[in-house]
Amino acid sequence: MTLAAFAFWVFALSAVASGLMVIASRNPVHSVLFLILAFISAAGLFVLMGAEYLAMLLVVVYVGAVAVLFLFVVMMLDVDFVEMKQGFLQYLPIGVAIAGLVVVELILAFAAWKMPSDAAFAAGHPTATAGSALAAPGAPTNIEGLGLVLYTDYVHYFQIAGVILLVAMIGAIVLTFRVREGLKKQDPAAQVARKREASVELKKVRTGQGI
Amino acid sequence: MIGLGHYLSVAAILFAIGMAGIIVNRKNVIIILMSIELMLLAVNINLVAFSQFLGDLVGQVFAFMVLTVAAAEAAIGLAILVAFFRNRGDIAVEDANLMKN
Repeated sequence: MTLAAFAFWVFALSAVASGLMVIASRNPVHSVLFLILAFISAAGLFVLMGAEYLAMLLVVVYVGAVAVLFLFVVMMLDVDFVEMKQGFLQYLPIGVAIAGLVVVELILAFAAWKMPSDAAFAAGHPTATAGSALAAPGAPTNIEGLGLVLYTDYVHYFQIAGVILLVAMIGAIVLTFRVREGLKKQDPAAQVARKREASVELKKVRTGQGI
Repeated sequence: MIGLGHYLSVAAILFAIGMAGIIVNRKNVIIILMSIELMLLAVNINLVAFSQFLGDLVGQVFAFMVLTVAAAEAAIGLAILVAFFRNRGDIAVEDANLMKN
């Protein structure tokens, strides 16, 4: 067994095992931690497939941002999670049955599918570099190749992705924003609209009498 | 030799685990959201595997888009969850029936 094959089995088994623990563990904090492990294992699989950029993106975006967001929310909500685990055993048989059915269907679909030969595939896909040419010497590195297509042929998709993130950001802020009563803060409009008459009053002061 | 089928099998199993997670933990929204993340991860593994074994980088570009949408979905989902918790004091799925009744 080569080192690459060994690494594949390690990453694949840890991805599947931690995926199982995500849905089976009693404490949601543990679920989030296992989700992180699943993402790191998947990043390892991506590296093995030669998609280094996506692997690093997965670690940065998922482990660094999404999983931390999940952890924040799980720890912020004061909910009895043990009580929520009640229906677990009741629904376990149907869950396992449907999952097994899906796996069998997907594997059957792949078994019935014939991989196109390089020439036939290249004829239908002008952007493809036939076969395993991605790994050939002289081919651009993964991130170089991605940059070459992402900012040229797929620049509109790239822009739409940016818009989606903007909408998600605004949506999340709007959903969780609340105005609290009794909070002291500046009101710039009121400050600007303030007139001299409202704040300064000139008084004639007679000598020796005061106001 | 590790081929395309191996990666596709891992992805299929992860997808099924995510699906089973939704069915089994139908009371806990947080676990359901995590299961959706697992399913999207499986889809990404599929896209990258095909991209690599067919020699076409477009699959990875598409995986990039799926990643973006998944991150946006997680952010919005958790924001809805927090807003829901503030209003109801609980996050049980069966309590989310205001529109139905």
